[in-house]
Amino acid sequence: MTDLAHERLLSQPIALTPRLALRDLKGITKRNLLRIIRTPQLLFMTIVQPVIVLLLFRYVLGGAIRIPGVNYVDFVIPGIFLEAVLLGGMTTALALAQDLQMGMIDRFRSLPMARSAFLAGRTLADLCRSLFALIFIIGVGVLAGFRFHNSVGACLGGVGLIILFGYSFTWVYAAVGLAVKDPQTAQLAAILPMFILFFASSALVPVATMPGWLQSFARNQPATLVINSVRALFEGGPVFHNLWQAVAWCVGIFIVFFFVSLNLYRKAVA
Amino acid sequence: MPLAVEVESITKHFATKMALDDVSFNIEAGEVLALLGPNGAGKTTLIRILSTLLTPDRGHARIAGLDVQGDAKKVRSLIGLAGQYASVDELLTGRENLELIGILYHLDKREYQRRAQAALERMSLTDAGDQQVKTYSGGMRRRLDLAASLIGQSPVLFLDEPTTGLDPRTRNDLWQFIKDLVADGATVLLTTQYMEEAEHLANDIIVLNAGRVVAQGTADQLKEELGGDVLEVRVAKHADLERAADLVTEFGTAPPRLNHDLDQFNIPIQDGVKALIAAGRALDDGGIDLVDLGIRRPSLDEVFLSLTGEGSAQSTAKPETPPTRGTHD
Ligand SMILES: Nc1ncnc2c1ncn2[C@@H]1O[C@H](COP(=O)(O)OP(=O)(O)OP(=O)(O)O)[C@@H](O)[C@H]1O
Ligand SMILES: [Mg+2]
Repeated sequence: MTDLAHERLLSQPIALTPRLALRDLKGITKRNLLRIIRTPQLLFMTIVQPVIVLLLFRYVLGGAIRIPGVNYVDFVIPGIFLEAVLLGGMTTALALAQDLQMGMIDRFRSLPMARSAFLAGRTLADLCRSLFALIFIIGVGVLAGFRFHNSVGACLGGVGLIILFGYSFTWVYAAVGLAVKDPQTAQLAAILPMFILFFASSALVPVATMPGWLQSFARNQPATLVINSVRALFEGGPVFHNLWQAVAWCVGIFIVFFFVSLNLYRKAVA
Repeated sequence: MPLAVEVESITKHFATKMALDDVSFNIEAGEVLALLGPNGAGKTTLIRILSTLLTPDRGHARIAGLDVQGDAKKVRSLIGLAGQYASVDELLTGRENLELIGILYHLDKREYQRRAQAALERMSLTDAGDQQVKTYSGGMRRRLDLAASLIGQSPVLFLDEPTTGLDPRTRNDLWQFIKDLVADGATVLLTTQYMEEAEHLANDIIVLNAGRVVAQGTADQLKEELGGDVLEVRVAKHADLERAADLVTEFGTAPPRLNHDLDQFNIPIQDGVKALIAAGRALDDGGIDLVDLGIRRPSLDEVFLSLTGEGSAQSTAKPETPPTRGTHD
């Protein structure tokens, strides 16, 4: 009996290869996709909310907002996309706080899996959800009169930029969820940056109509840069300067918060 | 041959609270060690350190000779952890939970499917295996959680209060299961609040109180450390009581305690049966009529309470560290 025990104790551990790490990632992503599909209420809310904002601004408030040279629905749709991906990120914070509280993170951290796979698997599943939401919102947008006016490549580029922005911010939300630890607080904590980024941007009205002190923030924050780029990509027009800055923001946020989240995960205590 | 688990002067504090204070012990391969202690004793903290989830302030711990901090990656492939609270995904089915853990232990598909099925059967969860865990009862979750920690067939298992919340039959079943695991060559560290469980399963017991090891040994050793057995004598005639007590005083380790109402006295003795026979002979030679003569062990609860209670007797295992702190958190 003890010989057997010794033998088992000395068994060589399997080394973690990139192939196995990818398998970990696949397993965790699948788990989180199942979780998303099995809480349709949450999925529904994260899609319906931006649709309501879209319809509100298209039919109720949009009439009072004049943007020279463009249909208001075309003007507002990039902002709605952005809101949808930010709102999706909120569920990342919520889900990670729940995993922490339920002891799931303890379990995963005690396994020989790749550590980054746990967080990447979460953010990838949320990315899939965002894609689904975007497709749905494009559908509603088209019914409400939205049209792409640029080349297919440029329009796809615009959608891609939104997705890149959303994915980068998922990592911000991952850090928020792991830092606040409590699901309710995580949800509230995640709403705050979303409100600031979304409302103090060019999403709903041109920045030029805001008071001066707000303009300087609104003009330079990443959401505005992304929205302006996406608008230009959908509508046609000069794009390069904003696009370059927007992508730089996204990549920077991704890198910084990838490491912040990973570090929080390593030390996570419920 | 490396030891399965080595714990060397582990110290850990949270804010001002000393959760573990210079804890050391070893577990040989193939042994079961039970960590016994009241709420807040530091059991979970120790398990979390050993399973690489928490870093100690001081001290070292090794699994199969590998440092839990320096070689954390390798250590994780050698251990299975069932935490104090069932950590299973409510939205997945039982089977999906187990298969995911199998993937993360890097088993191939055939193997993790087979092990998930076998674990469901062993834990009597076959019928519920394809239902979401949110429909499970507390005991079912606990069983699934244990099953999950066994999917890797890890040589070293950490089970934090594995039977808390299980009904008596399931608990017995689980005890048998843990024995089977050990027969298959597993080394087990389990925590429990139940002395009975520790005695039933463990080769070695460590009693932890307020972060310190207050006693270590087999269940029998712990009872002996507390003062061995108790000799109980009941006489037929009340008039004989005092004389009988005088006759056996020399065999005891402390003066007899008389109970005049029951015509009975008891006296702590050291070497059980020998003392019993000697006392019996002395009483017989003295012409005392007996109704009852016997030895009993101090109850397990008495041992536990005396080791972990406030102002308790010092243990011979660690005489320099009598527990003085309260046990509440
Ligand atoms: N994350 C933490 N932050 C602060 N204090 C903690 C933390 N974890 C544990 N403690 C404290 O450390 C002490 C030991 O806790 P631990 O959970 O290890 O006890 P335990 O023996 O497992 O108790 P129980 O039988 O109740 O599970 C307690 O006083 C507890 O309050
Ligand atoms: Mg505990």
